[in-house]
Amino acid sequence: MEPKIAGRRTRPESGALIQAIGITKLFGSFKANDSVDLTIRPGEIHALLGENGAGKSTLVKILYGSLQPSEGEIRWKGQPVRIASPSAARKLGIGMVFQHFSLFDALTVTENIALALSDRSNRTALAKEIEKVSLEYGLPLNPASRIVDLSVGERQRVEIVRCLLQNPELLIMDEPTSVLTPQEADDLFQTLDRLTARGCAVLYISHRLEEVKQICHHATILRLGKVVAECDPQQETASQLASLMVGADVHVLSSDTPPPTSAKTRLSVRNLSLPEPHPFAVALHDISLDLKAGEIVGIAGIAGNGQGEFFDALSGERTTDRPDTVTIDGKAAGKLGVTARRRLGAAFVPEERIGHGAVPRLRLSDNVLLTRHATGDQLLRVGVIDFGGMKTLADRIGRSFDVRKSAVDPEAGSLSGGNLQKFIVGREIDRQPSVLVVSQPTWGVDAGAAAVIRQVLIDLARSGSAVLIISQDLDEIFEIADRVAVISRGHLSEPVPARSLTREQIGLMMAGLGEGKPVAKKETAHAHRA
Amino acid sequence: MQQRPGDVMTMLEGILLTIVTAATPLLFAAIGELVAERSGVLNLGVEGMMAVGAVCGFAAASTTGQPILGVLAAIIAGMLAASLFGIVALFFVANQNATGVALTLFGLGLSGLIGDSFVGTPGIPIPKVNIPVLSDLPVVGRLIFGEDPFVYLAVALALATWWFLFKTRGGLIIRAVGDNAHSAHALGFSVLKTRFLAVLFGGACAGLGGAYLSLVYTPQWTQAMTAGRGWIALALVVFASWLPGRLVVGAVLFGAVSILQLHAQAIGIGIPSQFLSMLPYIVTVVALVVISRNRALLSVNTPACLGRPFVADS
Repeated sequence: MEPKIAGRRTRPESGALIQAIGITKLFGSFKANDSVDLTIRPGEIHALLGENGAGKSTLVKILYGSLQPSEGEIRWKGQPVRIASPSAARKLGIGMVFQHFSLFDALTVTENIALALSDRSNRTALAKEIEKVSLEYGLPLNPASRIVDLSVGERQRVEIVRCLLQNPELLIMDEPTSVLTPQEADDLFQTLDRLTARGCAVLYISHRLEEVKQICHHATILRLGKVVAECDPQQETASQLASLMVGADVHVLSSDTPPPTSAKTRLSVRNLSLPEPHPFAVALHDISLDLKAGEIVGIAGIAGNGQGEFFDALSGERTTDRPDTVTIDGKAAGKLGVTARRRLGAAFVPEERIGHGAVPRLRLSDNVLLTRHATGDQLLRVGVIDFGGMKTLADRIGRSFDVRKSAVDPEAGSLSGGNLQKFIVGREIDRQPSVLVVSQPTWGVDAGAAAVIRQVLIDLARSGSAVLIISQDLDEIFEIADRVAVISRGHLSEPVPARSLTREQIGLMMAGLGEGKPVAKKETAHAHRA
Repeated sequence: MQQRPGDVMTMLEGILLTIVTAATPLLFAAIGELVAERSGVLNLGVEGMMAVGAVCGFAAASTTGQPILGVLAAIIAGMLAASLFGIVALFFVANQNATGVALTLFGLGLSGLIGDSFVGTPGIPIPKVNIPVLSDLPVVGRLIFGEDPFVYLAVALALATWWFLFKTRGGLIIRAVGDNAHSAHALGFSVLKTRFLAVLFGGACAGLGGAYLSLVYTPQWTQAMTAGRGWIALALVVFASWLPGRLVVGAVLFGAVSILQLHAQAIGIGIPSQFLSMLPYIVTVVALVVISRNRALLSVNTPACLGRPFVADS
């Protein structure tokens, strides 16, 4: 998304609000933090950058009192302090918004907030206070709603309001935009601006570099537990920031070979229409698309415009009445299920890694079997599992795709997001599928892993497969797609060559206003429901 | 045979009075279980805790001659039985379903052992409330103003439980623990302590319900006199979708079914008595099916962590 907040941001020239000096944290012999220095000034948005495993979470947990440093000192407004627990941190004036919310679904907004604030006994008064604060900071909330009825963005607002009611001077936000639509993210940035205008400092953890460049005044970059640089993110390019995080220059993607112009069609979608499966879903309207061997087509769009429904229709999780709606390598597959479509040479990587792409409590080798049991790998012989073969495959995937794991064959749930994503994408690419459909290939994945994944997608396409990428990350689509189509309210635009498009044009198409596409129903896109 | 209007009134009054007394022990046991389940613990040992409460209450009352001591003994016995469950299922993280069923079997057996020497001993009558004038009103007089003290206690307890669960911080914590134990732990609440206290309250209420059976309802001790009421109380909690107000309605409904089937047998309806005796349990099943169709109501009120053990990580 284009920055809405224009103009240079200068770091406020004030004394330190909080200082971490020489923080070292040992887990056994492993140094998660190695004499880290961090200074946050009042009124600034301070980015904490680093790859997964760089020690960001450890540092933040120390600042929020849930971990104690092995060495080092924390100073709050110049005074040395010991932050013994999260409640001690809150008393000092440190609030934190977690990546995974700690809310109670069955309780109302007011009740959720009352639980965290032991000093507010009158819930009617608290509800009024919530309304007031949420209006003040542009975080509209109905105090009487139950959490279960709220969208992910609204849930985050509850967490933020909960922090704000404690009048924090420092707000820590862990990957706040990883669950938000671009619009919701913009709203959040405006809220953060209002906060900093009042002198509150924000420690902003993210690995979305564009966003850090857009809103942060200052950045501290961690690598392998050490501070490797401090900089003004607006002065750096995204790739400079990325190379600071990763250490080496981030691998520049190579797609020198131009996509073939007259190759055979691998995947063909014809007049695909499907009604919405449940009230919060989106219906698909007359979608047609052709993918040729050797090319990557990107599907852009705002979350909740039918991406999930389109993926399900392609993968065979939902089938159609007519066989010719989806054709894989010349064979009609519209009425076939997932396994039958895999047998035709297609492979699918869904958006949710955990639960949809992998079973967290199963080992990696078992997870291999889940998508590879019927694809000619001979993992099943008369219904009996070949465990040796499964392990060999899992090992091969782990090696070829640089999956970093704690044990030889760990449970899928124990891998970090980026590593699990490399594994799931690798599991499908290892088969050399003729068609690969992948949804949000690098969602929540750090820069290093994202570069690896994008490169293997390009390599797969150039070796003669057709690759379809459904992504909300425009940078990613521009980086690797040869042609781009936009999905909006269940309609898919005609794909056009990526080089002929500007971000503005795509932005208009995403809003459903360009190309004379039928504008259905309401102007606003359906909010993404969790 | 000719019946005068007065006789009909007396009979109706009698039926209503017995319905109330049949509903009271169900209400006691169900209130306790409701609080335990709101905290996320499914204690299937209600029947056993009621049985232990019934026998200890009767033994204490008939030994000392003081009904109030009997009630206290029943409450304590119920809590002891519940603490057994709590220690095993919460602190040793045993499977809650298996532990609960074991507690029921254990409670029924133990009550038989303790009660052996009290079989046939006459109970001590507990006086009913008697407010001059009001209690003498026709029909409603005795129904509203002339019950035994436990009936009022049970209704007051249901009201107080509603107020506690939905209006106080303590109740909010119980519901939070039942909805998302890990978030509650992260916020600094002690999940196990909250749950243990809720289970103890459940035991106290079940013991009270048992005491009502052996001290007021029958009043005497017979082996297995709880007769499945603990199980009906468990179903009642689901029927009430974990809301105390609905619990009162449900208890009266189940009380009515179990009393009316007796009267139907007495009148001599041409249905075998065995079928009529099945009626309360059939109604239980039917009610559960009907209530389960209302997904929206259930999804809001069903404790999300119900029956799931909690182990604090890190």
